[in-house]
Amino acid sequence: MAIFINENSKVIVQGMTGSEGTKHTRRMIASGTNIVGGVTPGKGGQSVEIEGKTLPVFNSVSEAVAATGANASVVFVPPKFAKAAVIDAIDAALPLVVVITEGIPVHDSAAFYAYAKSKGTTQLVGPNCPGLISPGKSNLGIIPADITGPGRIGLVSKSGTLTYQMMYELRDFGFSTAVGIGGDPIIGTTHIDCLRAFQDDPDTDAIVMIGEIGGDAEERAAAFIAEYVTKPVVGYVAGFTAPEGKTMGHAGAIVSGSSGTAAAKKEALEAAGVAVGKTPSETAALMRKILQG
Amino acid sequence: MDLFEYQARDLFESHNIPVLAGAVATTADEAAQAAEVMGGRVVVKAQVKIGGRGKAGGVKVAENAADAKEKASAILGMDIKGHIVHKVMIAQAAPIAEEYYMAILLDRANRNFLVMASVAGGMEIEEVAHTQPEKLARVGIDPNVGISSELALEIVRQGQFPSSVENDVADVLLKLWAAFVAEDATLMEINPLVKTDDGRIIALDGKVTLDDSADFRHPDHEALVDSSAANPLEAAAKAKGLNYVKLSGEVGIIGNGAGLVMSTLDVVAYAGEKYGVKPANFLDIGGGASAEVMANGLSIILGDPEVKSVFVNVFGGITACDAVAHGIVQALAMLGDKATKPIVVRLDGNSVLEGRRILNEAAHPLVQQLDTMDSAAAKAAELAAK
Repeated sequence: MAIFINENSKVIVQGMTGSEGTKHTRRMIASGTNIVGGVTPGKGGQSVEIEGKTLPVFNSVSEAVAATGANASVVFVPPKFAKAAVIDAIDAALPLVVVITEGIPVHDSAAFYAYAKSKGTTQLVGPNCPGLISPGKSNLGIIPADITGPGRIGLVSKSGTLTYQMMYELRDFGFSTAVGIGGDPIIGTTHIDCLRAFQDDPDTDAIVMIGEIGGDAEERAAAFIAEYVTKPVVGYVAGFTAPEGKTMGHAGAIVSGSSGTAAAKKEALEAAGVAVGKTPSETAALMRKILQG
Repeated sequence: MDLFEYQARDLFESHNIPVLAGAVATTADEAAQAAEVMGGRVVVKAQVKIGGRGKAGGVKVAENAADAKEKASAILGMDIKGHIVHKVMIAQAAPIAEEYYMAILLDRANRNFLVMASVAGGMEIEEVAHTQPEKLARVGIDPNVGISSELALEIVRQGQFPSSVENDVADVLLKLWAAFVAEDATLMEINPLVKTDDGRIIALDGKVTLDDSADFRHPDHEALVDSSAANPLEAAAKAKGLNYVKLSGEVGIIGNGAGLVMSTLDVVAYAGEKYGVKPANFLDIGGGASAEVMANGLSIILGDPEVKSVFVNVFGGITACDAVAHGIVQALAMLGDKATKPIVVRLDGNSVLEGRRILNEAAHPLVQQLDTMDSAAAKAAELAAK
């Protein structure tokens, strides 16, 4: 078991024929993901050779699903066309759609999130995220597969590189699933969605939750942990030294007035019984202590 | 991007939202001219992107052009909470009967848009929400449905506007929604929305935030960028397509990925407590950064006179450590004698062994490598203190 993806995930890549799409399709196949095809409107009927596999290209997601039985998609389509690509996947009722693309206008994300919600058949991860990996089973997105192997820690993070850093710090334990949920103001899958899934996953023993400044997702996650999660959770929040009113890289990472600060998030998590590390290494040490009893 | 009030006013006007005459001035003489053209009483308002300017003395009524000149010269150059006033807006004065509130914003928690409208305006809306919640309508908007005339009227009634103005206020709300969508805004606030003595509804002051990610479909938004405010290093970084924020410290920071860079700032700040030094900047070279991007980044940081040491912290996911190492070597070769500051490098992840080997072989006297983020941060802080 793992959350959201496993060895049965059959994956298509939207934007596979673009340079980013091709590069990451190769990496995903190399790490064991069952990629069954790609979608590029206007290029349907072609096929491409990637990593020794001949992959058919379709004009739409529903065509791809009909031909391949795909149940998940990874989106590498540029911002201008990302909304249409995601709507296409939702229309095909694809159960899981992982949007890697960075820089999608928030009105577009709001529109496709609302559309997915109204249809009720598609779970979105991202946008602006590194995707998710269940080591040894499946890898949807751009998380390097060679940092660590399968294990019993679940990880959820807004940030890609902090996900990698934490997987590296705890590489001797391994992970059930690591989910990079993305740093945009509107994202499909939240900390809470992942916490619930990890709590319910019999193969996850403990959870690392990584947050950052901006919004109040971490505060809401803390309330959820207090109410629902019985497995041990350790937390980390980035951006204690971020100045007010400046966007720190991620479109959603901004302290507005006194809200969205790292200190407030840490406090909320600690109040919910989460051990919060000051640095990634300290956070890893807290998890290490829990797992070693 | 946050707009100045005068830019918000112009944007509202272009979407047929009722506003008063207004003009922007950068000198007292220009302010006098604008007041002359407008005639009668005017209000001289400091243009700064921060609240509380009224209390700080940044908003003054002027009786005529000569008075406007005097008031403008007092306001121009003022420092309001660290924001220097470079421009004033000259606005027609209006006899105000009542002050209301209206806003549309991105609601991150509910992942949709939120309309707020209240008969109680002219003050902080948080205060209204706290003291008179029954007078504040808060209604979530489905982005794919929008606001119908019926819904607009319902919102206005919920906000307890008097029935005599509800049609006019609902009309403003519909226009504000149209503007919000058309401009890819994440915030449009009118505070106060006023009723004048003669019964007109007018947007007297506005706040607008536009989504930078949507710039590709708004070429006209580029003209709204306030180039005077940009720090020269920030401007140089932006020209190179780098994600850079200037801070006030001594340890220059370069990393890959927003989360890791934010974390690096924190780790350096903790390590720097002992030495009295802080991070000098945020610089994210992004995923899959090439040697050229790394070289550009390093040149910007080394060009900051406040920087005393540099910490390059990379966890290679897509970014390959060998490209980062090449970038460092290239940047130092390019800068030659101009590079004088010590550089601490921590590489991990994709192609780490190759990256470390390249730096070891180059053996540049300014560069030293450490294995962990913590030890490298401590070294960079120590070097900045010397």
